Amino acid sequence: MKPAEFYQRNREIHPPALTPNYKTSVARSPRFSLISLQNSMSEITGPTFGHSDIDAIDNDLIKNYAKAGDPIGERIIVHGRVLDENARPVPNTLVEIWQANAGGRYRHKKDTYLAPIDPNFGGCGRTLTDENGYYFFRTIKPGAYPWRNWVNNWRPAHIHFSVFGTGFVQRLITQLYFEGDPLLKHCPIVHAIPDADAIDRLVARLDLNATIPLDTIAYKFDIVLRGRRSTLFENRLEGN
Amino acid sequence: MAFQDPQYLRETASQTAGPYVHIGLAPGAAGFDIYRQELGFDITGPNAKGEKIRVEGIVIDGMDSPIKDVLLEVWQANSEGHYAHPEGGGPVEEGFRGWGRVITDFETGEWGFDTVKPGPVMGRNGRMMAPHLNFWIVARGINIGLNTRMYFEDEAEANAKDPVINMIEWERRRATLIGKRSVRDGVTVYRFEIRLQGEDETVFFDV
Ligand SMILES: [Fe+3]
Repeated sequence: MKPAEFYQRNREIHPPALTPNYKTSVARSPRFSLISLQNSMSEITGPTFGHSDIDAIDNDLIKNYAKAGDPIGERIIVHGRVLDENARPVPNTLVEIWQANAGGRYRHKKDTYLAPIDPNFGGCGRTLTDENGYYFFRTIKPGAYPWRNWVNNWRPAHIHFSVFGTGFVQRLITQLYFEGDPLLKHCPIVHAIPDADAIDRLVARLDLNATIPLDTIAYKFDIVLRGRRSTLFENRLEGN
Repeated sequence: MAFQDPQYLRETASQTAGPYVHIGLAPGAAGFDIYRQELGFDITGPNAKGEKIRVEGIVIDGMDSPIKDVLLEVWQANSEGHYAHPEGGGPVEEGFRGWGRVITDFETGEWGFDTVKPGPVMGRNGRMMAPHLNFWIVARGINIGLNTRMYFEDEAEANAKDPVINMIEWERRRATLIGKRSVRDGVTVYRFEIRLQGEDETVFFDV
C-alpha cells in the first residue's frame, strides 16, 4: 500500500520557538533551524485509541471527580469538531483537556496560587471523537490566574487541549479561550502567535443553540489538524 | 497570507502545554487519582517480541539546567519494524501500541521507560531507516512541540546508511541523535540527552 503524506506545517500561523515576552521560552527554544523531513512511515502513523481505553464519565468534569457534591462555578458545555485541513472530520481520535477550577487554581502539587482547591473538581477530562469528528465535554468555566512572567500577568480563562489525529505529526497541544475575555489582548502566551486570525480561531464562541436552558451554557470550539495529500509516495523496498 | 488555497482550513495554532500538563496527560504525577487507567505507561504490552531495553535521559535547557516539567511522548515500531497502525507496514503483537508518555522526576529532571528495541523501518523510496524512536517534547516555555528521533549506538552500520541521519548536513550534529548504550544489572540501557540549545543542540525536525 502506498501511503500519503501530510501537508507541510504552515509555521507562520504557529508561535515561533523564541518569544521573549513569554520569558520561559528564551532558554527553552532551539536556536538552530529545524531540519525539514519529508514524511515516512514513522511520521504518517500514530497511536490509535478505543473505547476500552477510557470511561464514559471521563468527559464530564462536573462529575468525574465529584466527592460530596458538584464543583463550584459556572456550568459549561465545550463542544465542537476535530477536522483536518481538507475540512474532513477526524473520527475516533483522542481529545484530552485540563484546566484550573473556577477560582483559577489547578489541582497540581506545583500550583501554589492562593485561590482554593475545589474538593469536587479534578480538572481533567478525555474523550474520543465520534464518526463525524464531534466531541463534547461538560465542565466548569475556569478562572483567570496570575503567573510569574511580568509582575502583573494574568492568564485569560483557558482550557488546555491535547489532540492526536491519525499520524504522529498531527500531534497538537493548544489552548481554548473564551469570547469577550478582556485579558486576551494582554497575554504574552496568546500573543506568541503572530497571526491574528490564528489567535481568533482559539477563541470559543458562545453557542446558544447548544446551551441547555436553566442548566448549562455552551461554547463551540472546532480544532483543525494537518491534512493529507491525495498523492502517494513510494515506500516499497528498492527493486521490488 | 495566501499560503494555502482558501478552500482549505488552516491548522489550529499550537500553544504551550504549560507547567500543569500532568493534570491532563498524567494526573497521577500531578498528585491525584481520577481515571481507571492512565494512558501511555505500557508501551509494548505483554506479548512484544524482541530485545527488552530501557531508555533513559534528561532534557537540558539553554542554561545547562535540566527541564523538570517536560513531558515526552515516544512512538516506535515493534521489533520487526511495524507500527501499530493500519499503514504501519505489517502486523504487530496483540497489545503492542508502541506509544508511550514519559514524565520526569520533578526533582532531577531524569526520565526513563522500558520498551523493546524497534526493528529497521521502511523509509521513502525503498530505503530502509535504521531502528529509531520518534519523540515529541512539550513543556512550559515550549510554544510548539519539538520532534526528534533517537537512534541506537550499537547500530553504527545501519545508522551510517540511514536516509534521515544522512540528510543532516553537519556530521557532528548527527551525533546528537544517538542513544548511548550501556548494560546495567543485565539490562541494556540507552541514554539520550536532549539539549535545547548550545553547541550540542539536539537536531529537531520539521516533520
Ligand atoms: Fe493553564
